[in-house]
Amino acid sequence: MNLSLLVLVPLITAVAVLFCKGLNGIRWVSLAGATVQLLLSFGLLALYWRERAAGDSAAFLYEYRHAWFPSWNIWYHVGVDGVSIAMILLTALVMEAAILVSWAIKPMSREFFILLHFLSAGAYGFFLSLDLFTLFFFLEVSVIPKFLLIGVWGSGRKEYSAMKLALMLMGGSALVFVGLMGLYYNTGGAGGTHSFDLMEIAQMHIPVEVQRQFFPFLFVGFGIFTALFPFHTWVPDGHSSAPTAASMFLAGISMKLGGYGCLRVVVFLMPEAAREYSPVIVLLATIAIVYGAFATMMQKDLKYINAYSSVSHCGFIILGIGMLTRTAISGAVMQMISHGLMTALFFAAIGMIYDRTHTRMVQQLGGLLKIMPFISTVFVVAGLCSLGLPGLSGFVAEITVFMGSWERAGEMYRLATILACASIVITAVYILRATGQAIMGPVKDPHYNGLGDATWNEKLAGILLGAGIIAIGVAPFWLQALIK
Amino acid sequence: MWVDIILSLRQELIVAVIIFLLLFIKIGAAAYRTEAMLHFINLLLLANLLLGFFQGGDATLFSGMFHTNRLIVLEKSMLNLATLIVSLQAYSWLKGHRQVLEFYMLLLSTLLGFFFMISSGNLLIFYLGLELSTIPLAALSSFDLEKRRSSEAAMKFILSSAFSSALLLFGISLLYGATGTLGFDTLAGRLDGSAFQLFAFIFILSGFAFKISAVPFHLWTADVYEGSPVTVTAYLSVVSKGAVFFIFILALYTVFKPLAGNWYKIVVLLSVLTMVTGNLFALRQDGLKRLLAFSSIAQSGFILAGITGSSRGGEASVIYFILVYIFSNLGAFGVVSFISAQTGRESVNDYRGLYATNPLLSWVMAISLFSLAGIPPTAGFFGKFFLLMAGAGKGNFVFIGIAALNMVISLYYYLRVIKAIFMDSQPEPIGKLKIPLLPKIAFLVCVAGIVMTGLVGGIYDYIYSLSKGF
Repeated sequence: MNLSLLVLVPLITAVAVLFCKGLNGIRWVSLAGATVQLLLSFGLLALYWRERAAGDSAAFLYEYRHAWFPSWNIWYHVGVDGVSIAMILLTALVMEAAILVSWAIKPMSREFFILLHFLSAGAYGFFLSLDLFTLFFFLEVSVIPKFLLIGVWGSGRKEYSAMKLALMLMGGSALVFVGLMGLYYNTGGAGGTHSFDLMEIAQMHIPVEVQRQFFPFLFVGFGIFTALFPFHTWVPDGHSSAPTAASMFLAGISMKLGGYGCLRVVVFLMPEAAREYSPVIVLLATIAIVYGAFATMMQKDLKYINAYSSVSHCGFIILGIGMLTRTAISGAVMQMISHGLMTALFFAAIGMIYDRTHTRMVQQLGGLLKIMPFISTVFVVAGLCSLGLPGLSGFVAEITVFMGSWERAGEMYRLATILACASIVITAVYILRATGQAIMGPVKDPHYNGLGDATWNEKLAGILLGAGIIAIGVAPFWLQALIK
Repeated sequence: MWVDIILSLRQELIVAVIIFLLLFIKIGAAAYRTEAMLHFINLLLLANLLLGFFQGGDATLFSGMFHTNRLIVLEKSMLNLATLIVSLQAYSWLKGHRQVLEFYMLLLSTLLGFFFMISSGNLLIFYLGLELSTIPLAALSSFDLEKRRSSEAAMKFILSSAFSSALLLFGISLLYGATGTLGFDTLAGRLDGSAFQLFAFIFILSGFAFKISAVPFHLWTADVYEGSPVTVTAYLSVVSKGAVFFIFILALYTVFKPLAGNWYKIVVLLSVLTMVTGNLFALRQDGLKRLLAFSSIAQSGFILAGITGSSRGGEASVIYFILVYIFSNLGAFGVVSFISAQTGRESVNDYRGLYATNPLLSWVMAISLFSLAGIPPTAGFFGKFFLLMAGAGKGNFVFIGIAALNMVISLYYYLRVIKAIFMDSQPEPIGKLKIPLLPKIAFLVCVAGIVMTGLVGGIYDYIYSLSKGF
């Protein structure tokens, strides 16, 4: 299968949207593009299974190399393994749902959908890349659409949030850039050619001193993308100000770019340094988990609740990576997928509620279950997944992280694991409190009584993401097998 | 013999022929329609660009005074292209101007000067070419004849240029005293890094630093850029700066190669100062011309970072970046120039709500600014990446880290403009503007250039294959 298709389909869709006539044309072309992409992703999964079952044990399948800048030894190099296929599936699902919930976006719906497709093209490219230059290129592609999506269609302090997000992510990219330079010029030895190729660098084995020097740059750089404490401050503002679809994409996919980068580039290429820095990573991750959970307790705005809880939940990803045991890392990957689906579903539900009631304040809502049963159910499912109810994906991912973390001996790691486990209780507090006040109970405002439930497109979005959560929660084995 | 000389000099000759043609028209023709004349001149410039593309061989003429090779031909073609784009964009402004022919005579004289400067094989010819371009440039700066600011800009430009030329000339004379030669090919062999030679070199370097507006020699830039007509500002910031960078890198990489250990530190220092100062001053500017002026100072700092690479990749990345810079900066200046000519509004706040009325201009501006900021998939990303990558080749990662952080700072002020265009609104936005054909073509060329130069990898590798290296 030609993997470049996965980058081209969103781009072609974006161009098609540009020439579409009328609002309906724009919507349906966008949806068609995203659906084709979703089918392609499932097709890729099926092909991948068949190939693996046939005994192909290459590290990456469907590799494609094309010389891009030969004089620098820069290649356009793509390929997939189980982890990247899982991330691609996640992206396709969230993208489909994001388009479904932005059905009624106004004004400038054409520009909105084009930017959304552009954003997703960057994410697909990132997950496919096997060359560090290609990877960095796709990492930065997302800056323009993110900035414009939040700044133009957002709410609240949207300009401030958009600027903060763009600058902080660019800062992360700058750190990654320095790290990449360090890697590049330390490959190939004396007189050899330098390389950006992931597999080649892995085989060359970077000297430990070099690893020690450049590990912090790469790790913190990617970490900023995934809300590493203390660089998480863009997350609450950015996610809360963004329009629903952008929030879904930002929290669901963009934050995972960082986690994926940490895993694929940092830990994979610099294993010795990762071991040395492991205590620091675990410490930062634990702070993020506990601090994020407590900060969420104080929030009154539903979007801020989900944004801060994202900081906490992404802490599990970093924790899993920092623990460096096999189980913990596969738990981190599962947490990426699970959190991606869950948070997208959550933001979708919040967006639907906000569209109807025009408020996101927990105190002003109440009794929504009686008025809009479907949306409320979606909200509750996302919430329960967030607090780790067995049978949903959050439980599977978090318990894998905890089990993996416990495998790592040492008092500090044990303590970190216990603290992380304990934070689940706080999660339960804020989720149940928000659900109790906003969803259950009597209807607070009589105006709400006339509001309708989800439309067909919103229902479809909710069902898609909910199905993903339940599929992983009930039968996690296929995902574990895929990413092992 | 004569055929060879004519072929080697063809780019200079064509420009000279056009200058004389315009002169004869000026003297001979009684009356002409300005618009028809503008179309005619733009056709001439297009022909000039196309004829220049034909590749000749390497040649050295006039006992080493003038030399040309395929890289130099490419550089001249890039300057031709930039001149054509500037000229197309100037259409709306020149349409209402009475001295169209004079404008083009002066413009092409500067271009001719740059050509001789790039091709020079001797410091004397280099100096001649530089002066041939500087004096008409000052005249161009004052071309908004009825505006006082324009005359003021010209005055500042001519005074600071005279000062920098004096420095340069002093350095050249000292160098002649130290080595007894001015030819590029013989100079390199006679440089040994003695204190006297370094003293001379510092003066020459200062002269260069003035022309590329490197900090601390940048003080003239903002005022001159602001006061001159926008078209001339665009020309100054792209063609003038690009040409000086072409010869600067040639001088550092070949003539002053024996002093590489000395100039490396100086250029790193200049680069850091230029980037940081340019960016910090750009943060607070409200006038778009001043903002772009400081941004162009900062861009000089990035180009200097590429020069420090001292490798074949360094040379190629600088030339490649200047190509990218031509498209990006002219795209941004083109929009400013067009809107300024139609409405006279030039500040960031005037651009609030531009997207609602002029979506096309807004996207051209946005794409150009993203390219200047170095964000993919625009060509600016590739340009900056390669410049810093070449700079990192020396292993000075602190320096590269500072440069990377500067990219973050610069993003802020570019995004401010984007924010004004797309997110803000104002009671009296700039009205719907109709774009005439010629500026439209110019915008199209800029946007196509910004998109294609990066994604098509062959362009960089072509430049790489031509460059000589360190």
